[in-house]
Amino acid sequence: MKSNTLTIIKKEFARFFGDRQMLFTTVLLPGILIYLIYSFMGMGMKKMVTDGANELVTLCVENLPVSVAPIVDDIPATMTSQQIVSQEDIEKLEDKNLNVVLVRFPEAFDEKVAIYDPQSGMAAPNVEIYYNSANNASSRVYHMLEASLSAYENQLSNRFDINRADNVEAHFDMASQDDVLGSILSKLIPMLILMMLFSGVMAIAPSAIAGEKERGTIATLLVTPLRRNELALGKVVSLSGIALMSGISSFIGIALSLPKMIQADAEGMTLNYTFNDYLVILLIILATVLIMASAVSLLSALAKDVKNAGTMITPFMLVVVLCGLMPMFQSSTPENLTAYLIPFYNAVQVMTAVFAHEMKWMPVIVTLAANVVYTGVAVWGLTRMFNSEKVMFSK
Amino acid sequence: MNEILRVEGLSKTFKLSRKQQQIERTDRKEIVAVDNLSFTANKGEIFGLLGPNGAGKTTTLRMLATLIAPDKGDAFIDGCSIVSQPEQVRAKIGFLTSELKLEDFFTPNYLFDFFSQLYGIDPEVVAKRKAKLFERFGIDKFAEVKVANLSTGMKQKTSLVISLVHDPEFVIFDEPTNGLDVLTARTVTDYLQELRDEGKTIILSTHIFSLVERLCDRVGVIIDGRMTACGTLEEVCNGMTMEDRFFEMYKEVKGGEE
Repeated sequence: MKSNTLTIIKKEFARFFGDRQMLFTTVLLPGILIYLIYSFMGMGMKKMVTDGANELVTLCVENLPVSVAPIVDDIPATMTSQQIVSQEDIEKLEDKNLNVVLVRFPEAFDEKVAIYDPQSGMAAPNVEIYYNSANNASSRVYHMLEASLSAYENQLSNRFDINRADNVEAHFDMASQDDVLGSILSKLIPMLILMMLFSGVMAIAPSAIAGEKERGTIATLLVTPLRRNELALGKVVSLSGIALMSGISSFIGIALSLPKMIQADAEGMTLNYTFNDYLVILLIILATVLIMASAVSLLSALAKDVKNAGTMITPFMLVVVLCGLMPMFQSSTPENLTAYLIPFYNAVQVMTAVFAHEMKWMPVIVTLAANVVYTGVAVWGLTRMFNSEKVMFSK
Repeated sequence: MNEILRVEGLSKTFKLSRKQQQIERTDRKEIVAVDNLSFTANKGEIFGLLGPNGAGKTTTLRMLATLIAPDKGDAFIDGCSIVSQPEQVRAKIGFLTSELKLEDFFTPNYLFDFFSQLYGIDPEVVAKRKAKLFERFGIDKFAEVKVANLSTGMKQKTSLVISLVHDPEFVIFDEPTNGLDVLTARTVTDYLQELRDEGKTIILSTHIFSLVERLCDRVGVIIDGRMTACGTLEEVCNGMTMEDRFFEMYKEVKGGEE
């Protein structure tokens, strides 16, 4: 009995280690993928910190106390000005393009802190820090300052407060609800859309191309007068259509569930996008799914069977995932139009801009044009592959 | 006799991968599948390509069907070159091989219409032709059954019918009775004779001697990619049975090795 168990184990190992493809996808690939994704995320985070650190922020401080001055001086990339912080200054902060943080210390802060008794039940001196969370630089300086002041507050046994809201209307983050929601959506949705579209394409393209090769049904088509370019275009368009339906279904699911997920109702936030925004998203999805279906079809045509196609598509999927992760590690979308020539990356950047209410038409046009051209090239490549006996009939 | 097929010096060499070299136990980097093959076929005849496995029969037929391109030479089907006019050739021929499969998901009815559309046939003609062929092969009862649920014999009959949707004048069959039960095999061979009687030309490859003797008007014997003999059965057999004559030729080519 024991020896038979051993025989079965040996056979299973022989099967596994004898299949180089299975060995690669099961043992090597997960490690490589994790290494690449985490390395990329690390690089992205470092870049985000570096980029943010280089952006100069104006720190306007009212009644800067002597004790806190060194803390303020230690905040990097800031230009401190001591001035009265008016209500008008605070309202100006609603513009997310301003790299500004406003700080109001009570008059004679140090003296008030020194005589304050935490046991008295009286309100502690309150430091008000106004910022805009939709502006990365402003948000960065706020968090650094808040952390430093909190540490100082702990040293003083909580003798002052930071951003204590004395009434329900008090708020210190001046970002508009649109900007907050846009900022969240612009980081999440492009990746989700990309992944949904990719899952749709992956569910059908390998079977429709590599599967047809594997099952011998593609040869049945190839002996008819059907032109190879008709076959290639027909495949890409139908696969794109199906993947698009799958993607749209997922998108509707996301759109309906997202407000609940981020508790937008409770926060009083509503999705505030125009018809143009939705149109651009739809066009970008369409162009993206076309190029995605073309690329997966090309790889599937090169593969011997569906399993082999899966292995070949995995590195490509990694690239798509990385493109989708980009918005999480960037402070703004690129200004240079050549960046919008990079497939998938361009779609993510345009979608990010749309969701962040920063959409410009030129990047949209370049992205759509580039993706249509790439799809044309891919269809041409697929046509060549359908013509190639080496690709179609190699075992 | 009206010549419908002219094969002129057709050659095909395949490169061997390292894996294939291991399987074949050879150091050769390439293998000559078809070597300077020439023959002709006439309208209204069944021409048989006879040879052992690996002789080059299937490669020859695949080149004639334009699935693969020859390295050298050319062939003309009804005046169209397989090298320079592959689409025209494909419109003129019907090709059936066990390697060509039908999508399991679809029904014979759907597939007949689909392939007819690819050939650009008028829907009225399609309907009449479908009714005739489905009845002839007993597919009408299974017309709406998915291919996946058909028996092996019914699948093969459906494949045969699909290869003839456009009523081609020139039909290529690669091992048409391979893997079929005796009843289905008989149905197929009977139909080949019917096609000939209708004036169609049929090229078939086989390694079954009795099939050649029963069906073929002319035969070409291929051994190691070369045409060893070609002519009418009487000319090739030279008073012997096809089987005896084949082994005599095989010994001559291989120098006694079998």
